[in-house]
Amino acid sequence: MTQQDVSEVSVHINDTAVTVEQGTTLLQAARLAGVEIPTLCWAENLTPVNACRLCVVEQEGTRALIPSCSRLCEDGIRVETDSDRVRHSRRMILEFLASTNDLSQSAELQEWAESYQIDLDRYISPEKNNDEVKIEDDLFVRAYDRCVLCYKCVEACGDDAQHSFAIAIAGRGFDARVSTEYEVELPESACVYCGNCVGVCPTNALQFKVEFDLRESDEWRPEDQSTTETICSYCGVGCSLELHTQNNQIFKVTSPSDHSVTSGHLCIKGRFGWQYVHAPKYEPSKKS
Amino acid sequence: MADLQFSDARADDEEIGAIDSLVGEPAVMRQGERLVRGGLSRRRASRHLLLPGLHLLQNSKGWISPGGLNYLAEVLQVPPAEAYGVASFYDLFETEEPSQPGPRHRVCVDPSCAVAGSAELILELREAGCQVHESPCLGQCDRAPAMFIQELGKPDNVPADADGLVHRQQGSPALRLLKRFGVTDPSDLDSYRSHGGYNALNLALDMGPEAVLDQLTASGLSGRGGAGFPTGRKWRSVAAATSESKHIVANADESEPGTFKDRLILENDPFAVIEAMTIAGVTTGSRHGWVYIRGEYPLATERLTRAIESARASGLLGTNIAGSNHSFDIEIRRGAGAYICGEETALFNSIEGRRGEPRNKPPFPTTSGLFGEPTVINNPETLINVLEILDRGVDEYRALGTDLSPGTKLFCVSGHVGSPGLYETPFGTPLGQLLEMAGGVTGSLQSILMGGAAGRFVGPEMLDLPLTLEDAAARDTTLGSGAITVFSTEVDMGNIVRRLAKFFRDESCGQCVPCRIGTTRQHEVLLQITDKGPDAAQRQLLDDISAVMSDASICGLGHTAASAVQSALDLGLLQADMS
Ligand SMILES: Cc1cc2nc3c(=O)[nH]c(=O)nc-3n(C[C@H](O)[C@H](O)[C@H](O)COP(=O)(O)O)c2cc1C
Ligand code: SF4
Ligand code: SF4
Ligand code: SF4
Ligand code: FES
Ligand code: FES
Repeated sequence: MTQQDVSEVSVHINDTAVTVEQGTTLLQAARLAGVEIPTLCWAENLTPVNACRLCVVEQEGTRALIPSCSRLCEDGIRVETDSDRVRHSRRMILEFLASTNDLSQSAELQEWAESYQIDLDRYISPEKNNDEVKIEDDLFVRAYDRCVLCYKCVEACGDDAQHSFAIAIAGRGFDARVSTEYEVELPESACVYCGNCVGVCPTNALQFKVEFDLRESDEWRPEDQSTTETICSYCGVGCSLELHTQNNQIFKVTSPSDHSVTSGHLCIKGRFGWQYVHAPKYEPSKKS
Repeated sequence: MADLQFSDARADDEEIGAIDSLVGEPAVMRQGERLVRGGLSRRRASRHLLLPGLHLLQNSKGWISPGGLNYLAEVLQVPPAEAYGVASFYDLFETEEPSQPGPRHRVCVDPSCAVAGSAELILELREAGCQVHESPCLGQCDRAPAMFIQELGKPDNVPADADGLVHRQQGSPALRLLKRFGVTDPSDLDSYRSHGGYNALNLALDMGPEAVLDQLTASGLSGRGGAGFPTGRKWRSVAAATSESKHIVANADESEPGTFKDRLILENDPFAVIEAMTIAGVTTGSRHGWVYIRGEYPLATERLTRAIESARASGLLGTNIAGSNHSFDIEIRRGAGAYICGEETALFNSIEGRRGEPRNKPPFPTTSGLFGEPTVINNPETLINVLEILDRGVDEYRALGTDLSPGTKLFCVSGHVGSPGLYETPFGTPLGQLLEMAGGVTGSLQSILMGGAAGRFVGPEMLDLPLTLEDAAARDTTLGSGAITVFSTEVDMGNIVRRLAKFFRDESCGQCVPCRIGTTRQHEVLLQITDKGPDAAQRQLLDDISAVMSDASICGLGHTAASAVQSALDLGLLQADMS
């Protein structure tokens, strides 16, 4: 394709004109214009699901607000990313989530909750998600009381990365949950322990067992933690790894989501290779 | 797709038989410990058979067991976690073994049935030892309180179906859409043909697609499913779309509380819907027709199934329909208890064997609908209007109604009126006159819910409202699906409003935050309000919840989930000392 074939569109974002390639989302255009928009269910390595609605913006002449993470720029449109209506919706979404879930392990959500000035006191005994933490193996835990149903783990387990389809959304409405079939334990399911779901979870609902144990035993010390970059040595693909450690103990392994080889996704060896051989509850032979 | 992993749970013979009957042969052969898929079924099996398969499992066992689900998922090559996600989405499917055997009685607790004594009926049934589930509107508000019974190995049953049609306007020469109701035999194609049936299809074949589209546009017909989109424009976009495969879908999921017109259309004039869909098919160049029908409508499903078979046997469906070079055929899909599946994109997902979660629009169905292909989706009432337009010609069609709302409209009148039922009247008839047609208000009028749960309450001062789209909009109300629910001063409106809020809490698909949590919070606040009405803080919170749901939700369910509640607050219906 030659340069001239790429058609361009112009949009106004908060009165700043931005010209972008056709197929650019409003979120991308806003970032080009230096405008920040909060996102929760969007990630650069996953297909947008438009579920959290935190990224909504106001388009001139349109009744409802629109999700900037997935809406493509159309030539000539004008959007406001910080109008009263937009701010109101974001504040309510953050109030709704904070009144339902434990968000204490998501720094980003907590920051937004503060800057959008949420008020939780006005909710009198709201129904919460009090699900008990699922500890079914030595690799990672699932604490769905922190789950905001962003669908990221489901996408990472399915079409967008792993193609294992071990987890899906089950139930409906407020009772909808991420689940295996009939809630069977993860080792009984199609899970291959790639940990890609853990890698994308924005609320720490999914976390490495090592991290969980450190937090439970009150030994979680962010000030003693560091991250080391390396290349996975198990095979020849060359996935880049980020080893998150506390006092030289690895508590989590990730890969940068913009990495050209991994897009942030790994396999069991890279993700858990430093421990899975020792994991007593996981039996890889079962899944042959 | 990766090789699927299944748990050890095995299907029993009944479940295997049910699924094999769906795909037409033993789909999976057991060779020792291994399951081997047969050749033909491997090709034929596909995910859109998931919903029908789940119905068969539910009916054969009384619930969807892990073994049964595994077998179905294996045959259709659907990951079991996703199949479970689908099964657990629908009210009519149980994913846990029922603790009590025997028939399951689903009794409606929505407004028309609540005022007709559904609470007493539930008590009576429970005292008699029956298993009772509270149900949202069952689309039988004309014969409240309504019931629907599921029983192991037996066809689903609506006891009131045995009573037959009682229609106050039956045979009246003023009728257009309902002219055949109670006059023709809905199971007899010849009876349909001797009352004008298939005249419109012949006209359409003679005049060609362009002329049909011109007439539709000139008629001013707009959608009767609630959104009011111009039908001519919808058909024209699909006709213009260049795609090998296109679809015509009749949206007969009818679940808006207070609405029962589509059930009566399919029960009493099923050939009309088939004929209109066929016209849509030949006009837009679509070969595939689908009717998505509410799971709680067994009689309508049975009659429609039979009508499709006899149309096919007479060459009116299939290849070269009515001797033309067009092909068109229709498949039925039964819903399974989910209001949200009436939303067009949720309906597509439901047919495709996915969870009934609405898709973000754009893209719109006309470009990316069922299976991602161009699709016309219409309500049955919209569809049968097409026959009238072609039969009578545009001028005669437009002679009734107003300029902006031409023709006639079906209204489902229920609650406190003398003769609840379905009424056809020209657009523009005053609301008060419609209530008189329906036997008048019984007792003294307190309020009227226009357009069902997604609609708005109005007070007695609106009896002069001309029933048109433009007048309703100008006076801040809606005709919606045509549901008109009447409440006398006997009714505690607080109970009704709380029930509507509960309806949305139960029916939200759960996909987006504003609606999943907003409907829950709205219901909670309403439960906390005393009979003095909301205090300032409660009202502020309700308004804040309303704004985010209507601004930021994905679909129309969230957009309208506060509409009736807000109108009730504005009318002061939650203050007991008001009336
Ligand atoms: C929550 C929800 C439920 C709906 N239920 C129905 C329904 O039961 N029947 C229907 O025809 N349209 C229903 N609709 C509207 C459809 O999305 C769609 O607009 C309609 O089927 C188009 O047909 P029409 O143009 O003939 O009205 C519903 C919409 C929403 C948001
Ligand atoms: S670890 Fe991998 S396979 Fe297992 S649930 Fe998470 S994403 Fe799916
Ligand atoms: S577990 Fe995490 S990634 Fe998965 S849906 Fe919940 S919050 Fe999102
Ligand atoms: S508005 Fe409600 S029903 Fe519609 S997609 Fe969102 S959660 Fe689902
Ligand atoms: S980030 Fe756009 S909807 Fe969630
Ligand atoms: S059937 Fe009960 S309200 Fe419709």
